[in-house]
Amino acid sequence: MSKPRLGVFKFSSCDGCQLSLLDCEDELLAVAGVIDIAYFPEATRADDVGHYDIAFIEGSVTTPHEAEMIQDIRARSTALITLGACATSGGIQALKNGADTAAFIDAVYAHPEYIDTLDTATPISDHVTVDFELRGCPISKHQLIELVAATLVGRTPQTPAHATCIDCKLAGHVCVMVTQGTPCLGPVTHAGCGALCPGYARGCYGCFGPKETANTASLTAQLAVNGADRRQIHRLLQTFNANAPEFRQEAENHD
Amino acid sequence: MTDKIIKVDMLARVEGEGAFKVVVRDGKIVGTEFRIFEPPRFFEAFLQGRDHTEAPDITARICGICPVAYQMSSVHAMEMALGITVDGPLRDLRRLLYCGEWIESHVLHAAMLHAPDFLGYAGAIEMAKDGHGDVVKLALEYKKAGNAIVSFIGGREIHPINVRVGGFYKVPRKADFAPLREQLLRARDLAETFVDWTASFDFPDKERDYTMVSLAHGTEYPMNEGRVVSNKGLDIAVTDWPAHFREDHVAHSNALQGFMVDGGAYLCGPVSRFNNAYDQLSDRAKAATQRVGLPRDCKNPYRSITVRAVESLYAVDEALRIIDTYEEPDAPFVDYAPRAGIGMAATEAPRGLLFHRYELTEDGSIKTAQIVPPTSQNQPSIEQDLQSFIADILDRPDAEILHLCEQTIRNYDPCISCATHFLELDIDRA
Repeated sequence: MSKPRLGVFKFSSCDGCQLSLLDCEDELLAVAGVIDIAYFPEATRADDVGHYDIAFIEGSVTTPHEAEMIQDIRARSTALITLGACATSGGIQALKNGADTAAFIDAVYAHPEYIDTLDTATPISDHVTVDFELRGCPISKHQLIELVAATLVGRTPQTPAHATCIDCKLAGHVCVMVTQGTPCLGPVTHAGCGALCPGYARGCYGCFGPKETANTASLTAQLAVNGADRRQIHRLLQTFNANAPEFRQEAENHD
Repeated sequence: MTDKIIKVDMLARVEGEGAFKVVVRDGKIVGTEFRIFEPPRFFEAFLQGRDHTEAPDITARICGICPVAYQMSSVHAMEMALGITVDGPLRDLRRLLYCGEWIESHVLHAAMLHAPDFLGYAGAIEMAKDGHGDVVKLALEYKKAGNAIVSFIGGREIHPINVRVGGFYKVPRKADFAPLREQLLRARDLAETFVDWTASFDFPDKERDYTMVSLAHGTEYPMNEGRVVSNKGLDIAVTDWPAHFREDHVAHSNALQGFMVDGGAYLCGPVSRFNNAYDQLSDRAKAATQRVGLPRDCKNPYRSITVRAVESLYAVDEALRIIDTYEEPDAPFVDYAPRAGIGMAATEAPRGLLFHRYELTEDGSIKTAQIVPPTSQNQPSIEQDLQSFIADILDRPDAEILHLCEQTIRNYDPCISCATHFLELDIDRA
């Protein structure tokens, strides 16, 4: 049987999620042994276009060119998998959604006429059917290896959608919100990081996006009780998954 | 030969989306354009109105390869605006974190992105499958030690979570360093071998008289702090940076281009640091430099791969020095009250000087933000390199010209996400 063909594609992003693959120092050569890396410009000049058994997509759609490109990749791929917060929810650049794009361009560039960009940063699933989404800003490399292993044998990857709060309890961390009053998105954030931030004595800032059935209204009520003002709550929900519906709507409630 | 177009739709093994164009008329180059079309993400716009404490986490997302650099430049700039000084063990821990990023970023670039140019492969995986498996494994092991530092101090390799204005959220205990120290001692041997390997390549015999700009610090190889100096006599405080440098917006690039105010291009990054601060390298790094015959005044940008290897060896040495002298601080961060102010800082990202400037309002919100990444500053120099280095090979086969162009651009370890991924080469011969 021939090896499955992998393509790795970048849209608007920081490169960090695809870098996670190169950061799998112990597994990279083994992965390269069982998968035909047909297209991965960050790692290789090989430019093998055609059909992909697996397409990894990093980044969100922010330009007219990207909106066309994702259609082409979908048409040539069997399994299309998004890697990370940008591809899955729009990423940090979705902060421009709802803002005045012309004013944003003015703020950064001297010649706005040179810049060609859409008014929104949108997740890949707004444009094409996505077969699996890996969360995180950045993704967890352990989940990435699980994803590759599961995809190779045709099973669903084990990436639980419960709250980071549960992982935090399992890790035995002292609750930063209960003991310090530190704002923490752990109760509404998708697991995957291993409750990293509370382990470092800071609140979760939601980089894995909303968990399943996130009760953000209940959490923000408690944040207010603890002394956070509306602006702080708005900012807390408007970072790397600003465009995820559960975070966006609750942030709008605190405009 | 004077009338044709050569086009490469993708230059791989760089970080971001860019293109390059050479215009040839009557057998002579009349123009070069290095074009960055990485989509703009408007960080400087959406930082406006955010809290100053959010800057290290938000600006980290500009680049997944060098997030620590963004975190460092932003916290130093904020601390200037807030009037606080972070020194002692907290300063040392920041330098240690930066050592980790230098190692992982430099070794990634040197072994996996740049070395294939010298050895004639599409990428490191292809290299590993064709007789270079041992050295690729060595590089992965070495790179892993850099990532181990970043994970240990920062919580994770990419977009670390432990950096804050004033210091850290949590600092390590002295005893916790033991496994990392052992890993770095092993990495030091790998680092020596790695310098020798990168120096064994054939280097194009090309040099330019660059204006080399870097930080310089009296007593240590530049990372977090120092004055901005050049090999041509510039010596200014970081706060004078805006008076001596400017950014231009050109039609062919989504990244602003950096120039000196007199309009001259300049070079920042490892070769500049090496030239300006050689004396501050560790004895082991100096010995390796001499062993492999790397010139003390290196002007050949292709040798930047060996300079990166020397800097990485230095970073391993420096990390071990910091670990061995570390004393636990009294508190993980310096406390402060928000205030209005202006703050500026430059630190040395792996690929060169990274300048941040913020204006804060009384409640500590960001009023304006300016971020000048190293690749923006290096764009004009990249264009001049191409103009200068391919002029004498225009009659050679296209594949050879393309190869040299790509290799030349990769000398810079360009981070096009910071400033580029698809590098399109278009030689217009009319």
